[in-house]
Amino acid sequence: MKNSSRRGFMGKAFGAVAGVGAVASLYAMKRTWDPLPSVKAAGFTTLDMSAYKENELVTEKWRGKPIFVLKQTADMIEKAKNNPKDMDRLIKVGNDYFMVCLGLCTHLGCIPGYDADEKSFLCACHGGMYDFTGDVTKAPPPRGLDIPPFKIDGNKLVLGEEGPEYKKMLETGVTLKA
Amino acid sequence: MKELLILAVVTFFTLVTYYLVEPFAHSQMHKHIESEGFAYKDIPALTKKGDATRGADLVAANCTGCHGIEKAGMPAPMDPVSAAQSFGVNPPDLSNAGTVFDAKFLAALIKDPAKALMVEHKFDPAKGKMHPMVPFYGAGGDLDQEVADMVAYLQSIAPKQEELTPAMAFETACGRCHAIHYPYNKDGKLHAAWTQIGEKPAFKKKQDELAFEQKVLDYQDALKKYMGTLPPDLSMYIRSRGEHYIKTFVENPQNYLKGTAMPRVGVSAESAEKVIEHLEDVGDSKRHERESVGRYVMIYIIIFAIFAILWKKEVWRDLH
Amino acid sequence: MAHFTKAKSLHDWLNQRLAIDTLRRVLATEYWIPKNINFLWAMGMVLAITFGLLLVSGIFLLMYYQPNVDLAFDSVNYTIMQEVGYGWLWRHIHGVAASVVFLIIYIHMFTGIYYGSYKNGREMIWISGMLLFVAFSAEAFSGYMLPWGQMSYWAGMVITNLFAGGSLHADGLVEWIRGDYVPGQAFLNRFFMLHVLLIPLAILGLIGLHFGALRIPHVNNQDGEEIDFDAEAKKYLSGDKAGSKVIRFVNDFLAKDMMVVGIFLILFFYLVFYHYDFAMDPVNFDPADGLKTPAHIYPEWYFLWSYEILRPFSTDVGLIAFAFAQVIFFALPFLDKSPNAVPASRRGLFKVWFWLMLIDMIILTAMGKVPPEGVFSTIGLYAALTFIGLWIALPIITKFEKKA
Repeated sequence: MKNSSRRGFMGKAFGAVAGVGAVASLYAMKRTWDPLPSVKAAGFTTLDMSAYKENELVTEKWRGKPIFVLKQTADMIEKAKNNPKDMDRLIKVGNDYFMVCLGLCTHLGCIPGYDADEKSFLCACHGGMYDFTGDVTKAPPPRGLDIPPFKIDGNKLVLGEEGPEYKKMLETGVTLKA
Repeated sequence: MKELLILAVVTFFTLVTYYLVEPFAHSQMHKHIESEGFAYKDIPALTKKGDATRGADLVAANCTGCHGIEKAGMPAPMDPVSAAQSFGVNPPDLSNAGTVFDAKFLAALIKDPAKALMVEHKFDPAKGKMHPMVPFYGAGGDLDQEVADMVAYLQSIAPKQEELTPAMAFETACGRCHAIHYPYNKDGKLHAAWTQIGEKPAFKKKQDELAFEQKVLDYQDALKKYMGTLPPDLSMYIRSRGEHYIKTFVENPQNYLKGTAMPRVGVSAESAEKVIEHLEDVGDSKRHERESVGRYVMIYIIIFAIFAILWKKEVWRDLH
Repeated sequence: MAHFTKAKSLHDWLNQRLAIDTLRRVLATEYWIPKNINFLWAMGMVLAITFGLLLVSGIFLLMYYQPNVDLAFDSVNYTIMQEVGYGWLWRHIHGVAASVVFLIIYIHMFTGIYYGSYKNGREMIWISGMLLFVAFSAEAFSGYMLPWGQMSYWAGMVITNLFAGGSLHADGLVEWIRGDYVPGQAFLNRFFMLHVLLIPLAILGLIGLHFGALRIPHVNNQDGEEIDFDAEAKKYLSGDKAGSKVIRFVNDFLAKDMMVVGIFLILFFYLVFYHYDFAMDPVNFDPADGLKTPAHIYPEWYFLWSYEILRPFSTDVGLIAFAFAQVIFFALPFLDKSPNAVPASRRGLFKVWFWLMLIDMIILTAMGKVPPEGVFSTIGLYAALTFIGLWIALPIITKFEKKA
């Protein structure tokens, strides 16, 4: 049983050729699991920023995830100016300031609720809190709400594209890549 | 030697069976129609040389009551749905007509639409059934010269053949009757589905989407009344009919379906190629990938077979 | 409990628990195959490989296919063919393999008939093989429903109508099979289940049975010679490889198998990339329409011969002839009364019977596709009668066959 069933040189070479084919077919299989072009094309959402009202939270949808949009009141802006970290989180479109955040708690991904009187967010799951710019004010969340990639286009905001303002936020660590 | 004989026998019977169930059976099922290369032999050639400037006035006076020419800053006089409800089908915008359609076909069409479109069985003035497009009887001068002028004008404003995209050719030649409900990727961009009233836009609000669909359905109702049946969606026609059938059908629909309401479209040979290309873009968009991957797989599999043969020889050396 | 010792190696560890050395010996290195064979003996391996291709491509199609009458057509022709990365490749492989697998099955069957490999102890090989043929036919038919094109719909309509049994008018049975008055959502869903679960399970089981059935009678050889496998194996193991009449399954037989597989795959992938229309009928690229029958409807080529046996007769006679054609091949080992398990070329009248049967089935196949008019109807009728006549003649001519 020893040598007789062993493969000779050509047997090994053939095995190698067959192996190359098997690996190549794995590539096709991997590609089959990639998100479809239509899914990727739907990865962009354009928001008309002139339609929002001050201190009224609107939840939009981008890549299946909730996006919080909160137009800041003059009061809020004053308050935010006292805290440069808060100001950095706001997006200026025209003359208005907006909080635009992924509406998922950075703790474990629940959706926080907004209290318009208190001007703060509370995540009911584990009690995490955020202020009106989405910055964290009470643990357990490790950081403020993430900001989705955006590009300012006149009066509009394109979610999914990375504009210079967003890139700056990434660099200064205001948000993590969502 | 004996194995080769056996292989020959197996191959012979396989090929005979293949021949009988494929080429032979299909030749019995479908009559073969040879393409004329979009020569439109029944239409006389243009004898007069047209003058585009004179043509511009003639077209403005005689055509723009029903047709828009966006390229020349003349919008369609009616929206597509009202137009279809008045005429049966939306009269085409003439911006691209000079390139998409054959010149002598255009001339014949202007003079006698029902005849050029080969729908005289449907529109017989003797029975009081007039084609919705009114023939051009002349503006007082030489009719042939005037028609040549109009054709020259349409050609002068139309994009050049190389600027005409496959999608434009399809929209002008087919798109007012046929929808294509598959979006398609071309040059890295995803294009929306096509309806008889234009590309289906992306809607944010359900109401807007339903309102658009309502318009499409109204248009289709008018079209159905005009054509007798709703012209089919062409999304998969490149696979279900194939290039040869589509070309010979478009060239002369009466070839296959005697008495069909589908008019002769009168596209030029180059535009017909573009229409085919568009149908391939929507129905067989991976054809290029198929060919290039196919080449690599064939090379690989031949190497695989050679190594398999060599291995067999190595193993069997001891067995003989 | 068995006694386990501390393992000296991973191989030893596994060997103590799974007996891998014994398995390897019994299933591979000392599974003896006759040496006197030709490439037709590799058709089993070609079928196994083709089945593997069907299984793998099917798994990837399954991940995007939607078994819904409104979505099925577009999920196949748009999502899979144009959106999914290499989705078109899986579909072309699946479609072409489904057609080619029947070509190989027919070659495999006629090889068995020619060399008499269905009798003298090999009956169960034949019967399990025929069960596989039936299972593959059901698998092919149910799969053909799934793209929900015009051919899917109308094949579903026509084939389920067969179960009405002609004048028996078992319309209740037909509705039960469809779960509806016409092929609809319930029908598509249940055939989807059959195609991706129940029938593949049956096929896997039957493949096991088919392989198992080979074990005791052993594989036949080109001359129908009775081989003493134990004695020949001893000769091989003692070193007289050239003199022995047997070879190992691994590597000897496998090397030859893979050679044939390699050449087969060249043809197969050529068809997949450059010549697929024969397996993916253009008519089925029109979406299903219950109010419009296509001008010509016909089954896939591998069903044509039995379909043609149905066509030339009146409903009831046709159904009986069709049922006869479906089951008669099962009875081959018992209708062949001769004990000779040798090539047909050495069996007198049976040789004539074999070639007539082959040619008759090819004629039936061709006539099953062309429109049933004029001379084609006549040819079809005579070919169907010949088919039935040949089976009636088989026991008689083999009864009087001389000992070879």
